[in-house]
Amino acid sequence: MSDKKKSNIFQQLGKSQVWKSIIRSGIPRTRRQRMMSVLNSLFLHLHPVRLPRHAVKLRFTWCMGGLTFFLFLVLTISGILLMFYYRPTVEYAYTDMIDLGEQVPLGIMREIHRWGAHAMVITVWLHMFRVFMTGSYKPPREFNWAVGVILLLITLLLSFTGYLLPWDQLAIWAITVGANMARATPFLGHEGPGAALLALGDINFVHIGSDVKFALLGGRFVGEAALLRFYVLHCIGLPFIIMILMAVHFWRIRKDGGISGPT
Amino acid sequence: MMEGFKLLVNTLAHPTIMLTAGMLVFLFFFPPNDWFEKWNRRLHLNFLWTKKGFYFVIILMVVFFLIGLTDPNFSLIIKKPDNVPIIGLIFFVFIFLWISMSQALKNDKLIDAGEKPEEYNDPEDKVLVWPDLVYIEFIALILCMSLLLIWSIGLDAPLEGPANPADSPNPSKAPWYFLGLQEMLVYFDPWLAGVVFPSLILFGLMSIPFLDTNPKGGGYYSYKQRRLAIPIFLFGWMILWVALIVIGTFLRGPNWNFFGPFEFWDLHKLVPLTNINLSEIIYIKWFSVGLPENILVREIFGFLIVFGYFLLLPPLLAKTAFKKLHQNLGNFKFGLFIFLLLFMLSLPIKMYLRWLFNLKYLIAIPEFFFNI
Repeated sequence: MSDKKKSNIFQQLGKSQVWKSIIRSGIPRTRRQRMMSVLNSLFLHLHPVRLPRHAVKLRFTWCMGGLTFFLFLVLTISGILLMFYYRPTVEYAYTDMIDLGEQVPLGIMREIHRWGAHAMVITVWLHMFRVFMTGSYKPPREFNWAVGVILLLITLLLSFTGYLLPWDQLAIWAITVGANMARATPFLGHEGPGAALLALGDINFVHIGSDVKFALLGGRFVGEAALLRFYVLHCIGLPFIIMILMAVHFWRIRKDGGISGPT
Repeated sequence: MMEGFKLLVNTLAHPTIMLTAGMLVFLFFFPPNDWFEKWNRRLHLNFLWTKKGFYFVIILMVVFFLIGLTDPNFSLIIKKPDNVPIIGLIFFVFIFLWISMSQALKNDKLIDAGEKPEEYNDPEDKVLVWPDLVYIEFIALILCMSLLLIWSIGLDAPLEGPANPADSPNPSKAPWYFLGLQEMLVYFDPWLAGVVFPSLILFGLMSIPFLDTNPKGGGYYSYKQRRLAIPIFLFGWMILWVALIVIGTFLRGPNWNFFGPFEFWDLHKLVPLTNINLSEIIYIKWFSVGLPENILVREIFGFLIVFGYFLLLPPLLAKTAFKKLHQNLGNFKFGLFIFLLLFMLSLPIKMYLRWLFNLKYLIAIPEFFFNI
């Protein structure tokens, strides 16, 4: 014991059975260990082991795609916490909002969720902007750009559905303005061009009780059904879709040759 | 002095002036052809993409918002918690535009000199993800999270009165990222502004990689090699999307009337609605006869204009201004490209028709909700 050079606690920890059972390659010091630590981690192996030099420069990537994903995680976690306190009914929704600010300890979850959502919309846009300015949508990355556009749409829809949940004046009127667009959808909205053509004699198939606005709100105006619909879409439906598409998006980055660069 | 400044800003901020100036200046800053590039050089507009230019614009914007804070009307709007991200967006759009353009111009020079762009590195010379990328990501996460925490502690999420379906606020605004679409409602009916345009924006974005067949400019910042793609994208994104959001947020008050940034949001501001349809201009003002009974006869001129715009203009452009592009893309891709481009340009065109001739609709068939 006394012969051995004294090793500090971290080194001893790195040699312990528990540590080695979790992180097989030990503390990443040598080049080999560093490569193994990326390869052997489920999360880190989203990345390749090695990257071209320009790819890690902040002025090239702006970190915007990564930050978007990070904000998505922040929103998921804060959203789960909010779901403990929030009941999506006309009766309770608004008072639960007040409780969230006044009764819940460390009550900034709603703030983190709301500002995080705004920030995510901006980072998605800036990510798209960066990808465009570096021409990174060019072959072989066409499909991944299209997936990204859909991810952008779902981000906006997530934000839009979340907008209704506080059930205050801002919420229902913003959603009313948005949902009123749906009734003008060509053929499918009751005030859209062509809707009158979808009729059998005097019977209209597309009317105020059967058009896309009705499907969106679950009623003729923003009420109880709309609140529940938006809640389910916001917490389950859209996150489900966005997570699948994000997996495709990340996977395709690797399959399409990693981050773009000049050849 | 201050009053004069505010009056000037209020006047200049009107969409007719601001957007016109923006669009005119735009082509000189982002020249799509040699002629504009010549003027870009002569006027030294690339000064904007130097460090001095960066500080100049940033200071200008900061000073503007600081002055705005002293004004009771403007500070009311910019201090609104939900508007904070949009002020951030204004700064971010410029900062990142500057980062990309300054690198693009550097690369243009390198490429002109026959060298590889700055991003190029030896394929054998790579860095390890651990630690070179992982620690950058880690720092970015911590910075982002601390910013979000400070923002969340400092600024309460807004909560207005409980929802009341019987009391609609004036103005009723959509969430801020859709305000560009709501602003479009001034010029187009909801079926276009709320459904067709958003769908085509998504479709157009997705088709960019298939329509931009230019093999150059992939994987590095550049401008000269992509003189068509970049101006079209930036025009759509900065002027038709971001600028409209800014107008919709800061400059649209009660009844969706225009208010300058330093103007009081007067509920009773009267703006005469004198807009008339094309059919009324032609049949009533020019021919002095009543509107014909038959809808098709009534709207024939509008149909001719719209069909001419979408069916005659593309082949004409293929023979003239876009001759080379037409040869490169082929009929189908060129047709799609020009259709999307004309659709995008129809928004500013409709704006000018409104501002110049008080034109409400080119084709007005309210019987079938078909108004263009």
